Amino acid sequence: MDLKTLLIVIPLLPLFGAIVAGLGRHVVGRAGAHWVTILAVAASCALSVNVLYQQIFAGLETLNFSVYTWMVVEGVTFEVGFLVDHLTSLMMCVVTFVSLMVHIYTIGYMQDDPGYQRFFAYINLFTFAMLMLVMSNNFMQLFFGWEAVGLVSYLLIGFWFKKETAIFANMKAFLVNRVGDFGFLLGIAAVLMTFNSLDYAEVFAAAPEAATDTIALIPGVDWNLMTVICVCLFIGAMGKSAQAPLHVWLPDSMEGPTPISALIHAATMVTAGIFMVARMSPLFEMSEAALSFVMLIGAFTALAMGAIGIVQNDIKRVVAYSTLSQLGYMTVALGVSAYSAAIFHLMTHAFFKALLFLGAGSVIIAMHHQQDMRYMGGLRKYMPITWLTGWLGTLALVGFPFFSGYYSKDAIILSVGASERFGSDLTYWAVELGVFITALYSFRLLYLTFHGPEKFQVVPGADPHAHLPDGQLAHAPHESPLVVTIPLVLLAIPSVLIGFFTMQPILFGGWLSDAITVNPANDVVARIGADIDGPVGMALHGFVTLPFWLMMGGLTLATVIYLFRPSIAEAVKARAGFLYRLLDNKYYFDQFNQKVFADGTVKLGRGLWSKFDAGFIDGWLVNGSARLVAYVAGFVRRWQTGFLYDYAFSMIIGLIAILGVWVVL
Amino acid sequence: MIFGIDITVALFYLFATLMIAAALAVISTRNPVYSALFLVLTFFTAAALWILMQVEFLGIVLVVVYVGAVMVLFLFVIMMLDMNLAPLKSGFIRYLPIGIGVALVMAGELLLVLWARGRFGAEQFPIPADRAADYSNTEAVGEWMYTQFLLPFEVAGIILLVAIVAAIALTQRRRTDALVQSPARQVRVKRDERVRLVKMKSEAPAQGDRT
Amino acid sequence: MITLAHYLTLGAILLCISVAGVFLNRKNVLILLMCIELMLLAVNMNFVAFSRFMDNLDGQVFVFFILTVAAAEAAIGLAILVVLFRNRSTINVEELDELKG
Repeated sequence: MDLKTLLIVIPLLPLFGAIVAGLGRHVVGRAGAHWVTILAVAASCALSVNVLYQQIFAGLETLNFSVYTWMVVEGVTFEVGFLVDHLTSLMMCVVTFVSLMVHIYTIGYMQDDPGYQRFFAYINLFTFAMLMLVMSNNFMQLFFGWEAVGLVSYLLIGFWFKKETAIFANMKAFLVNRVGDFGFLLGIAAVLMTFNSLDYAEVFAAAPEAATDTIALIPGVDWNLMTVICVCLFIGAMGKSAQAPLHVWLPDSMEGPTPISALIHAATMVTAGIFMVARMSPLFEMSEAALSFVMLIGAFTALAMGAIGIVQNDIKRVVAYSTLSQLGYMTVALGVSAYSAAIFHLMTHAFFKALLFLGAGSVIIAMHHQQDMRYMGGLRKYMPITWLTGWLGTLALVGFPFFSGYYSKDAIILSVGASERFGSDLTYWAVELGVFITALYSFRLLYLTFHGPEKFQVVPGADPHAHLPDGQLAHAPHESPLVVTIPLVLLAIPSVLIGFFTMQPILFGGWLSDAITVNPANDVVARIGADIDGPVGMALHGFVTLPFWLMMGGLTLATVIYLFRPSIAEAVKARAGFLYRLLDNKYYFDQFNQKVFADGTVKLGRGLWSKFDAGFIDGWLVNGSARLVAYVAGFVRRWQTGFLYDYAFSMIIGLIAILGVWVVL
Repeated sequence: MIFGIDITVALFYLFATLMIAAALAVISTRNPVYSALFLVLTFFTAAALWILMQVEFLGIVLVVVYVGAVMVLFLFVIMMLDMNLAPLKSGFIRYLPIGIGVALVMAGELLLVLWARGRFGAEQFPIPADRAADYSNTEAVGEWMYTQFLLPFEVAGIILLVAIVAAIALTQRRRTDALVQSPARQVRVKRDERVRLVKMKSEAPAQGDRT
Repeated sequence: MITLAHYLTLGAILLCISVAGVFLNRKNVLILLMCIELMLLAVNMNFVAFSRFMDNLDGQVFVFFILTVAAAEAAIGLAILVVLFRNRSTINVEELDELKG
């Protein structure tokens, strides 16, 4: 097989697996379903790694080819095509690797679930869609992948479709994503309108010529066309990558099974927005205003969503808010033109956040689906592997030097510091403070879960065999099976190491330069690169910088409060009641949406129905036209005498008139 | 040439005058039978005019089809319907002014169209030469009709067939008081429908009945 | 000299007479039918004249078809008339106002 065929096979394997496991679920059975899907993803992963390997060591050139032309409309071709450059292959490896880990993990996590095969079919389908998204060489296929991952996300959030909250959550995710996707679609439409092409290469080549074009969306007000396009595209990214104010769906998506929280709502799908903006860097570089917008949105998300994580008690929700916050960091990086730093953080985050989610899932298995951290504690001695990997993931998350998260996050913070973009000062303080908050909620999670006194209590009503009548566990919690712990270990390795080894090429070696275009004036990564000498030097330097001490501050505070003096937390909660309520209610975003958009839409609908539909359309147009006809007919009916000669007479009058025209001519 | 007048011109005016007179008579006589007969005269003179134009085939067809078939049908219907003729002509005088008025306006307009600016004069449409002695109008029309107009010709046949069927269907009455045989039912009948065999116990005479 | 216009004039006069006939006969459906035949004759006259003066046989073929349709029309019209008379015992047009809505 030549390379192109191999590339086509990479996304098709998971699709095949999804079809077999999904449609033939009664034929292949439970074991068949997981074997076929895992083998498909494993093969896909191996082939992706092969592509990456060839790019690194065999100097494989960027491949850009179309596979199939769907249709040609007025010179615009709609194709299925693949663009495989360094950015793509990196994403492919991250997606397939995390997906493979999650597949294996799922065997343990979903063991007793009746929807076992369906679940495997969905996550395989997701892998296919995500690969189509990252490998696309045109906007249409990008949009296809975008919507397909959204669909699978919807299906998986509502995987337990008998659970009321899950249905609510998946509907919410669907609706919020629709808002984002609408913006995205408008952006694509604007691209098509401006460049008359959907092909990346053609659009990017033509972009500089359109840099100064303007568009008047509101008559009389000229906006820079590139800014409009980029903001529209970024609205799509805000929906998919859960940036405020379109973030509200992500915490609720935790209603889905934990494996997909790890795969879709932490590691891969939610980073599609980040990937897309990085891919569109030639367009975004044209618009300073759009980048500022991106940066400020990211800064708000990074700081504000992290703060919510401090007050959450549900273990998965803490990690979910952490994901929001980290996505905010990536968005900030995009906003300061540090695209490579964003992609770098995307990659490291994919590993350690998947690890944290899967670890949380492991804890949830041990606690018989109890997710409230207040009823955990002291799990360290029962589940050592989960504990250890959890610590490693957390250290990566908070950015402890030498851990992968340190390199990526520090690169972002340094980039923001070096940027001179409008609003970058504010953003700088937001991301610095974010480090403190990240440390606080991360260690809080660790302490409440693995350390401190045992406060086990199961969920009332769930899993009756697992607990005694007084709500105590029937037996001591135990470590999860191998299929769960092996993925944890396999994810822990890159979480710790990958930053150290890949930082130099990705950030400063120009490894992504074939995919990412940065205006030299904006190239903050190159600017900070001048001061950094290798990963060791950077890490050692890290010990004396502000972020490290902020992180240590967060660690100390968490240790004091949650390990030694839990009373302080209660005292703070009582004192700063307003702040606590603000955080606990997530800044009232949900209430606002419910009141203004949901209720407002209902009111608007009712108003339109009663006034416009019933009143105007029915009353005036429908019944009105009927009345008009009846009124006119009241006169006209007198001409209908029923006598033949009257009709003949009118015909003759017509004939005379026509003849009259002839006479005049 | 007779008295310095071309004989065809004379014949044209003769037939034209006859035709207009006959047409006027059609609409003004009291008795429908006379109307029909004047209509026949109109058709005859029209046929004569066509033949004067050397359109012999259609002239003959007009006489055969109209005078021979359609008008006979008219007369037949007139005689078949037992109608009261007296009131049928009332109101003729009342509507005469408007009828004549409309007709005159139309005629005026038509004549204006025809004669003003010489649209249809001899310059635009030169008078055709006479046909050769061995020219057959029937043959020419036949050849044209059976080649170029074959499909319409077939359709015309179907239209006639439909007209026949429709006319019969409209006028046919199913009489309920008539006694008719239904051979199909007679043939189809089964024995069981006509004869019923009944099994009975033989009646033994009672003891004291023997006389 | 008899030009095309002469024949067309004859057709036009015939048409006007038949229109006047439709107007004047308010009582008898039979006369109405006859007037329609007259109108058709006027049309046929024009067709034949044009056919001759343009030396084009299409016109004559058309006249043939018009005769066909007119025959069919007469047959059906008379059949309707018979049915009408059978049902209403009259052919007085002024009594036939069933078309009124």
